[in-house]
Amino acid sequence: MTRALLGVELAYWQSTLVRVLAGLVAVLLLTGGVVYLYLFKFVSFMQSRLGPMEAGPYGSLQLLAEVGKWLQKEDIHTEDSDRTIFGLAPAVVLSSTFLMFVVIPAGPDLVIANLGTGIYYVLAVSSLSVLGILMAGWASANKYALMGALRAGGQLIAYELPMVLAVLGVVIAAGSLNLQDIVLAQSNGAIFGFTGIGNPFILTQFVAFAVFMIAVQAELTQTPFDMPIAESELVAGYQVEYSGIRFLVYFISEFATAVAFAAVASTLFLGGWALPASWGLSDGVMNVVGPIMIATKAVLLVGVVFWTRFSFPRFREDQLQRLAWKVLIPIALANILLTAVFKVAF
Amino acid sequence: MSALFAAETTFDVPANVAFGILAVLMVVAAIRVVTTRNVVHAALWLVVVLGGNAVVYLILQAEFLAMTQLLVYIGAIVVLFLFGIMLTRAPLGESDDLDNSQRILGAVVGVLLLGVIGYAVARTWGTDRLDFAAYELPPRIEGVVSGSGNGRTQALANTIFSDYLIPFEVISVLLTGALVGAIVLARRD
Repeated sequence: MTRALLGVELAYWQSTLVRVLAGLVAVLLLTGGVVYLYLFKFVSFMQSRLGPMEAGPYGSLQLLAEVGKWLQKEDIHTEDSDRTIFGLAPAVVLSSTFLMFVVIPAGPDLVIANLGTGIYYVLAVSSLSVLGILMAGWASANKYALMGALRAGGQLIAYELPMVLAVLGVVIAAGSLNLQDIVLAQSNGAIFGFTGIGNPFILTQFVAFAVFMIAVQAELTQTPFDMPIAESELVAGYQVEYSGIRFLVYFISEFATAVAFAAVASTLFLGGWALPASWGLSDGVMNVVGPIMIATKAVLLVGVVFWTRFSFPRFREDQLQRLAWKVLIPIALANILLTAVFKVAF
Repeated sequence: MSALFAAETTFDVPANVAFGILAVLMVVAAIRVVTTRNVVHAALWLVVVLGGNAVVYLILQAEFLAMTQLLVYIGAIVVLFLFGIMLTRAPLGESDDLDNSQRILGAVVGVLLLGVIGYAVARTWGTDRLDFAAYELPPRIEGVVSGSGNGRTQALANTIFSDYLIPFEVISVLLTGALVGAIVLARRD
């Protein structure tokens, strides 16, 4: 099986290598950019300070300095800890994050693997991170870590459900699980016969969008849902015993997951890489414009997540569970029902 | 050797090699689940078994089933196991009370199950062959991102909601029953 890339025929393994490397570079660049933009600067300006200014022009190399600092720190573990599981846990979390990017399309041809079960695959691999968090909390041999892991487990399972149910509304509207099909359904869609802006599902599925973004906030364990790492109660939850490169892995995966969920949300609700089909741009053009479109939308949505994070205080544990089970799930179910009725009626 | 492979037109070498590696991995992991003396390790070895199962489904071209396996078994059931273990007691290191005196009975039941399921599967689908060539996605057409493979999921849905509707509904009732039972057991008021 060969695939053409820039007019060069590549063997299957070569095209796979190119895809994986390009994907890794894109993910790390976006993650780094998001950390600098929101964690270093955005929050600083919200709190009337400048943020990092020394490393590089306007503090732009601060991230490299931080990575260098973490890399040369000692890799510590507690005496009673289960070292194998302790070491494996960050790897599980990070792989769960990176696997999510595999199906997110950035253009007509720019997708690492165009799976038929696209969005379902994203939800499946994103649910694996709970496993890593539970492993981390248990293997740390620390009661705060264990409590943090238990909170994370309860929270991630609870918010998995409204997330899946919210996505179902979009799947019904698009008639496909495949992310490329969902993008095209929005790009080729029409609002009452008007095709000028396609039919981004945020307009028809705004309920699903709201539920999805709230669930994302909780899945990312960002404030107001940051009980698993609540620093004033649990020190740092399941991350408390981690230092050096292993902590760096958690840090990267936290922000890469934010980028991944934002990219998924842009694909599902904001039209993904596509511009409306009625604009008549060719696939060649879209392969260049597409990545810029999806990256911009994803970074903006990450901005919404961090804006919320920096603006609100933490919920109580029981409020968190009540919100998921008694509010979000019924709303998402009602949304599915209505979407199905409208789909059949029109 | 090549003549042997050529005889079977649908014999896919990479798929079989992958299955062989996976099978060994899964059997070793399954044995570790019951022999390890650390209850959390047992649950984590179970993840290897269930994950291997998901990859086997992928090799058999059952993509939706593989994702369901990941989402439900690893993402929910094993997590629930770990959650339960850690909520009640979370012993680091080995515990001696994981074994009981029913080893032989367990082995007999295991072999019996293997025999029954193996016989039923071989009897029903023993001569079926997967058409690996059919898995190649059709080429993409300009302006239309086709060949997404969504058709297979649709076919699965059509089968479940037509031919297998009654088993599907019965399983739903069974699960609801289990849920109600769990609530009755947990709430003693």
